Amino acid sequence: MKLFAATLLVSATFVAPALAQTNAPIKIINVGELSGPGATVGTNFKNSADLAVAEINAKGGILGRKIEIVHFDTQTNPGVARALVQKAIDENPYAIMGPGYSGSVKVSAPLAAQAGIAQVMGGEAAELTQLGFNTLFRTSFGQQSSMPKIAKYIAENLKAKNVAVIWVNNDFGKGGRDMVTKELTARGVKVTADISTEAGQADFAADVVKAKSGNPDAIFIYLNEEESARALRELKRQGVTVPLVGETTLIGQKVIELAGDAANGARGHIGLTVDAPNDNLKAYGKKFQEKYNYIPDHNGIKGYLGVYMIKAATEKMGKVDQKGLPDALKGLTILAAKEPGILMDLTIDKNGDLDRDSFLAFVENGKQVVKETLPKMSK
Amino acid sequence: MMNFINLILSGLATGAIYALVAIGFTLLWQTSQTINFAQGEFVMVPAFFVLATLNLGMPLPIALLVGLALSMLVLGVLFKNLLVDPMLRHGVLPLAICTMALSIFLKETVKEVYSAEASPFPSFLPEGNLIFFGANISIQSVSIFVFAICAVLALQAFLARTSTGRQMQATAQNPYVAKLLGVPVERMIMYTFLINAALVALASFLISPVYLAKFSAGETLGLAAFIAAIVGGFNQIRGAIVGGLLLGIVDNLAAAYISTQYRGAVPLFLLIAVILFRPQGLMGRAEERTV
Repeated sequence: MKLFAATLLVSATFVAPALAQTNAPIKIINVGELSGPGATVGTNFKNSADLAVAEINAKGGILGRKIEIVHFDTQTNPGVARALVQKAIDENPYAIMGPGYSGSVKVSAPLAAQAGIAQVMGGEAAELTQLGFNTLFRTSFGQQSSMPKIAKYIAENLKAKNVAVIWVNNDFGKGGRDMVTKELTARGVKVTADISTEAGQADFAADVVKAKSGNPDAIFIYLNEEESARALRELKRQGVTVPLVGETTLIGQKVIELAGDAANGARGHIGLTVDAPNDNLKAYGKKFQEKYNYIPDHNGIKGYLGVYMIKAATEKMGKVDQKGLPDALKGLTILAAKEPGILMDLTIDKNGDLDRDSFLAFVENGKQVVKETLPKMSK
Repeated sequence: MMNFINLILSGLATGAIYALVAIGFTLLWQTSQTINFAQGEFVMVPAFFVLATLNLGMPLPIALLVGLALSMLVLGVLFKNLLVDPMLRHGVLPLAICTMALSIFLKETVKEVYSAEASPFPSFLPEGNLIFFGANISIQSVSIFVFAICAVLALQAFLARTSTGRQMQATAQNPYVAKLLGVPVERMIMYTFLINAALVALASFLISPVYLAKFSAGETLGLAAFIAAIVGGFNQIRGAIVGGLLLGIVDNLAAAYISTQYRGAVPLFLLIAVILFRPQGLMGRAEERTV
């Protein structure tokens, strides 16, 4: 009898931790820009990731396990971002989310790739998925997908011959500027003013004067959110009336809020927006607004999708396998009909790039108005 | 030419803001030997006082008045009584270090209490454009310049033409003699802190609609105003005005005709040149000190 009791005790000692491990929460670490110039990006991403985690946990989690999400603040500093991704890896998470800034992604992705941990991030610079980091996955389009659509719009719809390009001198901005310049030139559109600006820049008076001096038919603006808002205000202050064209960062909800009336008339290609004619996106936007009392921008949608991408890939594997997650994400097609949290049908290619519908939107009366849905490239 | 006019005008508007903040530097230095390295954050904080009041449902004019009053209380009275007075008796350097710590405290507090994100700030000035010699001139830029310069002129008139102003000048020139003559020196010093708080609040209300309200908004402004004060002459109010306007114009011209990347370096070159060739500043007065 004593022998039986001792056996039970020893078994319990060894088996209990293993059982506890099986039911332990799935740990995701989000490394994001929660302060500094990128606070808008990181805060939206964080809030939406929290929303998605709360939803999934309320429905029982992933394969019966709850998600635990922890947030680290990069202060919008690539050096800090790299150090925090290393710290995250040391904590052995199931997956890493973020950062949102391309420069921070670029310096931190090698660490995640070396550790074999999936990194689901918000960066949009074209080169990020071409550098061979096989654990890196986007939550939005890369510039190689969005810029051809914008250049086509400028050349064919606006029939512009001369364009001024205002861009932010970081990895995100330079990638976009190189890509759009190439695409515009290929379509016979001349870049008459190529204006680089600094991240966090407050005063755009001189830059707008330079842009005007080339008498452009349109101005392409590729800045981060806060700088986009300041640039739009300055363009209005100086009475610029030519079309202002950009990508998601020019006509996002936060930019419209910050720029006020100055955002009216701005237009561009947008990968993710709660104003799209899509019931899932609208429902997500409503839930977000109820919880946080403001309208999420595309960065918010990225954070939300990121969590659901991890969920879908894990369910495809049928097990929580940290090392298997990157392979499970590659080539994955997630249908919104089966997983509404993914919002729109989505395909992830072998490089971590995405394919899905996108939109052409204008800002009218302080609201983003989607004019056209652009189909998946593979359609 | 049209571009040049636009650059000069927007430079003057920004420069007028620098001048308001730089005058605060010179006033505090003259009356209490205080170098306030939190001056930039002093420009940032009033905007958040106004936003908090607006969130309570107050109209903009009331919110601006509440913001001004709170600024004078917190950045004037409390700053002097809780930080400057206890530290000044230990010398200028410990006080300067304390103001650096205050700068970090203010930034982090605003970030924690309000948000790390930028917020839109309503403008109380007219918007729109007018055509001037073929150039499209921003009415807002002109208004900022005019408003700031009027504030400076009013301050100059107050200092030169009122009894209190002259007593403040006497305190700045020699507090010991002023005290012997019956000037309430402590009260005059407090007035200086209140005026500084009012000036930074005004600068905040004028610039925040353009730069947006953000916890880090004071970093650039504080440095620019400090450079402007030294370039113009730390011991002269008119020096702070000249320094501020000059810096605003130079900054804009450098960004347009040299490079946006190097725009931050040009004012520093100007600062080095002034320190080398005219250490008392462009409008400053050489002072002899006993060592």
